[in-house]
Amino acid sequence: MNQLIMKEKFTTITSTCVPLPMENIDTDQIIPARFLKATSREGFGENLFRDWRYDREGNRIDSFALNDPRYSGCILVAGKNFGCGSSREHAAWAIADYGFRVVVSSYFADIHKNNELNNFVLPVVTSETFLSELFAGIDADPSLQVCVDIERQTVTNLSTGRCERFEIDPYKKRCLQEGLDDIELMLSRKSDIETFEANRRYPVL
Amino acid sequence: MPRTLFDKIWDSHTVNVMDGGPTQLYIDRHYCHEVTSPQAFDGLRRRGLRVFRPERTFCSPDHNIPTHDQEKEIADEISRRQVSALTANANEFGLTLFGIMHEKNGIIHVIGPENGLTLPGQTIVCGDSHTSTHGAFGAVAFGIGTSEVEMVLAGQCILQPRPKTMRINIHGRLNPGVTAKDVALYVIANMTTGGATGYFVEYAGDVVRNMSMEERMTLCNLSIEMGARGGMVAPDQTTFDYVKGRCYAPKGDDWNRAVEYWKTLPSDPNAEFDREIDFDGADIAPRITFGTNPGMGMDIDGTVPSPDVAGDDQSLRSYEKSLNYMGFSVGQRLEGHPVDFVFLGSCTNGRLEDFRAFASIVKGRKKASDVTAWLVPGSWAVERQIRAEGIDVILNDAGFELRQPGCSACLAMNDDKVPPGKLCVSTSNRNFEGRQGPGARTILAGPLVAAAAAVTGVITDPRTLI
Repeated sequence: MNQLIMKEKFTTITSTCVPLPMENIDTDQIIPARFLKATSREGFGENLFRDWRYDREGNRIDSFALNDPRYSGCILVAGKNFGCGSSREHAAWAIADYGFRVVVSSYFADIHKNNELNNFVLPVVTSETFLSELFAGIDADPSLQVCVDIERQTVTNLSTGRCERFEIDPYKKRCLQEGLDDIELMLSRKSDIETFEANRRYPVL
Repeated sequence: MPRTLFDKIWDSHTVNVMDGGPTQLYIDRHYCHEVTSPQAFDGLRRRGLRVFRPERTFCSPDHNIPTHDQEKEIADEISRRQVSALTANANEFGLTLFGIMHEKNGIIHVIGPENGLTLPGQTIVCGDSHTSTHGAFGAVAFGIGTSEVEMVLAGQCILQPRPKTMRINIHGRLNPGVTAKDVALYVIANMTTGGATGYFVEYAGDVVRNMSMEERMTLCNLSIEMGARGGMVAPDQTTFDYVKGRCYAPKGDDWNRAVEYWKTLPSDPNAEFDREIDFDGADIAPRITFGTNPGMGMDIDGTVPSPDVAGDDQSLRSYEKSLNYMGFSVGQRLEGHPVDFVFLGSCTNGRLEDFRAFASIVKGRKKASDVTAWLVPGSWAVERQIRAEGIDVILNDAGFELRQPGCSACLAMNDDKVPPGKLCVSTSNRNFEGRQGPGARTILAGPLVAAAAAVTGVITDPRTLI
């Protein structure tokens, strides 16, 4: 496989968290449209949550979690329906480029979830209870750590010991663990595509 | 076994099912715009690949382009570079491009249907969440990310988990002054902004059956705003009449064979959906949103509702943040509230019928002097139809002017930005914070509500002006 395309393999991650206890965080907040004009994939982390991180004069908004020195780590914890709205993959690029490897929420918007997976950011879906408890725990102690084990498909709040299993499509799990790329895999099956085309019953489409 | 419309199309496009994982789905039509594609073409170059089936991809710049002086070079350098990249990529990879000022240029979700590129029974993708628009024709159409755009260019397939199915039935009839946009905003408010996540929705019932293709497109367009993977309507005579004779539509014998096939697509009578929900069209009034997601909506003559009492801490905090941003409070009536901007356009409401509806209200009236109005046709074809019907004259007489086509103020990637703190009644699809410009506040509505606001300068029930 082409080295340029090979992604970093995903293993167990233990980290402190950055909490965003808000629901329905849309991809326009993750990366506003005016930053979508770049034609490369790099550098989007700088503008991650731009309008929540900085005011209109460009001053840092100290109360926002990403600017709060108490919070750090490679796990972002967000309220339900994370990544709704626009399909822009720039949102996943910004999250990855900023340094997050995992996003924890009680559910994700479909397109954004795929985009995260395709950029080796792991979306971890927990129960509402786990999530609320995690937010409360981080609020009480920002040094709280969470462990995400992709092999066992578990997420553990190391402060309380509460552990939950999360779902991930077995194919995507393998991609993340082995650093595999969808496109290479599909191209290895090109003859299947050609066979499909040749056998279509309604070629008019 | 009885199958749904969705199942029939999905199954007939399945190339493989990955072990315990996603379907490898064959894609009939791929639409491409300038914002979500450059990195995908770079990926192809890095891999040393050509586009596998170039005849299945159609490109049109729409997000970035100005809505005036398109005949000149784009002033903004970064926008210009992105639009040029699309032209260069289309040329390098042999793709059809409807560039700026091309007679077929326009918002990709407007030009696909009007050129007969969008057909029943197809699978359609685009790096844009409003690809669900094309579901109006009885197609499986959905938005994808840039890595997936690259996948489609490389192998004309995509890997997708199979979504669950939902049918939303809208029974009965609509009251006068209620548009497809109001229906969609009503459904989304009931479903909530994430309530259809994981589902592909089929819209059915008499209200949907009686809708024109333009109305069905508005309805399907907004499916993503309740989290649905896509929305669709079974093809029928209305669909066939719309498609027939369009530029890329099948002709002659091909047409007859196509229609015969399309008639087999509607869901079988006993087909089962994972969820089924019913609404009564008579319950729907003209709608507006009051918050910062499309699910936060109310009847135009209503009051800002209290948050769901069952909501947890995050829900309440999010609701409060949203109302703070908008400057509204629980219990407030919005009718009579001053409006600064009005935007008519976008892939949601930028078609001829939307301009007809807008004109029906402003005819014989004058634009309110303190309102800035942007009227942006969805495509050059729409613009030509507007002129051919003399709608432009009605608009001009009322003090409005027509701009050139593009996505415009829907997402403010060009100069059409609503200034901080200003309130815009917009026929577009998203009222997210800053969507129409940093600090801009958006009220989503249909074209009649937009027109009523434009001539009165305040939020006005259009039924009082009909």
